[in-house]
Amino acid sequence: MAKKIKKVARFWPLYLMLLPGTIYLIINNYIPMTGIVVAFKQYNLRDGLYFSPNIGLKNFEFLFRTNDAWLITRNTILYNLVFIVLGAVLAITVAIILNEIRIKAAKQAYQTVILIPHLISMVVVSYLAFAFLSDGNGFLNKTVLPMFGIDPISWYNAPQYWPFILVLINIWKGIGYSCILYYATICGIDHSLYEAAVVDGANRWQQVWNITLPCLKSTIIILTLMNLGNIFRSDFGLFYQVPMNSGPLQNVTSTIDTYVYRGLMQTNNIGMSSAAGVYQSVVGFILVISANLVVRKVDESSALF
Amino acid sequence: MVEKKHGFQIFAHVIMIFIAFCSVAPFILLLSSSFTDDAALSVYGYSFFPPKFSTDAYDYLFTSSSAIFNAYGISAIVTVCGTICNLTLTTLYAYPLSRKDLPGRYFFAFFLFFTMLFSGGLVPSYIMWTQTFHIRNTLFALLIPNLLMSAFNVIMMRTYFTSNIPDAVIEAARIDGAGEFRILVGIVLPMATPILATLCLLVGLAYWNDWQNGLYYLTDNKLFSIQVLLQNIQRSLDALKQSAQAGGSVNVSTADLPSNSVRMAITVMGVLPIMIIYPFLQRFFVKGIAIGAVKG
Repeated sequence: MAKKIKKVARFWPLYLMLLPGTIYLIINNYIPMTGIVVAFKQYNLRDGLYFSPNIGLKNFEFLFRTNDAWLITRNTILYNLVFIVLGAVLAITVAIILNEIRIKAAKQAYQTVILIPHLISMVVVSYLAFAFLSDGNGFLNKTVLPMFGIDPISWYNAPQYWPFILVLINIWKGIGYSCILYYATICGIDHSLYEAAVVDGANRWQQVWNITLPCLKSTIIILTLMNLGNIFRSDFGLFYQVPMNSGPLQNVTSTIDTYVYRGLMQTNNIGMSSAAGVYQSVVGFILVISANLVVRKVDESSALF
Repeated sequence: MVEKKHGFQIFAHVIMIFIAFCSVAPFILLLSSSFTDDAALSVYGYSFFPPKFSTDAYDYLFTSSSAIFNAYGISAIVTVCGTICNLTLTTLYAYPLSRKDLPGRYFFAFFLFFTMLFSGGLVPSYIMWTQTFHIRNTLFALLIPNLLMSAFNVIMMRTYFTSNIPDAVIEAARIDGAGEFRILVGIVLPMATPILATLCLLVGLAYWNDWQNGLYYLTDNKLFSIQVLLQNIQRSLDALKQSAQAGGSVNVSTADLPSNSVRMAITVMGVLPIMIIYPFLQRFFVKGIAIGAVKG
């Protein structure tokens, strides 16, 4: 026993190094985790997070009795599904095309440029979108639509267009990043495979179909599963900031994250807001764990744990 | 055959040029709008070529508005301090995790990893930061919540340590009598500059681009970073529009709000540093993403 303590004690400087990070994790992550009890309470400022009166599952009952619960779940999941499928298909296509290009400098230049949208914040994206969509001055209303003789559209009051707009913006912002992810994998494919295929007389399309895609298979599966695990989370900036928090759009732009934020900061409905937060955390946790279990079945070395 | 190969190359270039154009087109629109005369802008709208060129928006920003400089200063301070603190915490947590002989390292690894799987969500965090730590309207609000250390980055760095720094090197240094901190600073870190550079960029970008902490915890406009300032201008415009729609008396005066071209000029200022730095450090960004690809 004493020997064991001595052995551990020898490492004290390393434990000291771990200390600041551990404290930060406790404060930033673990204390809020215990704070989910607030969803089972009638929160008031005086009694605080832990000592407000218990009301059991009332908050959840209220939440799931409203239409909102269904709406925000539907929006979050459907948008994510479209993002995942369309995003992966487009990113892989672009990565394969990029890989085919033979001029090194051009390849480098394309890579550099398509990554630019990934580097800016959603607030900036919302201004870029506004330049196109603004009612009075937008590029679409002032320049594009008149060319076709179409009357101006009040974009921020027209929910029917927003599913397309949001998907477009998400793809625009994310494609460079995921394209480079796939491109890195393609670069790692053994070149002798292609040489052998050329000797056997395979054309370019056959090479892509029989070599590139099969080699990408595990990356595609893993990234997709990980994204499916995160299907209950949404990009707050995309769904709150880009539609400019516009009321008429809320049926198609509300996700769980925007609902939690609005409940907390705008409508002051902390009970339902925290219930939605716990709903997201718990279901999200289950999904991530299951996704990882499946990944481990597919390819053990790629599993997160 | 040669002809056909050529055709495909052209096709590939056309596709890539189209995608590259789509990636930058909105920025061109933004830049052009910021250089457009405000009166011309309300006639022709935002367009890709200024119908009437004018630098009024920038003149206004540089002469009659101190808000933008203040916001720039805040953004710079937060980005520099935040990145330094973040990298310190990340390194100090990642290095012990990479030591295979450390008892209890699995516990600390799991302790870190679990934060990626489960979170308490916004409500408890918000209540804790505002009620317990009184972070509202302090600079700490932009520095500390969520951004100070990311589990993903720690794992990335630990993986780099374990795969690039041989145990024998550390063992040899210990036999020579070096303490653990000496080993970390004198031997491990000089060998880890590529990962430090990559993380420095990723973290710096995260701090520069963050606006959510500002949205949650700041109301004092002296503390607004450039992103928070942009967000807040938007919010005031929304409020204006909503109260105008409701037909009520308008409390927010339009005179306080920047004109169309000035708003675009502020946005340009918000992305400018990134656009200037990015071409030089592009390979580090790509490397960072590629590392992420290896470890899901």
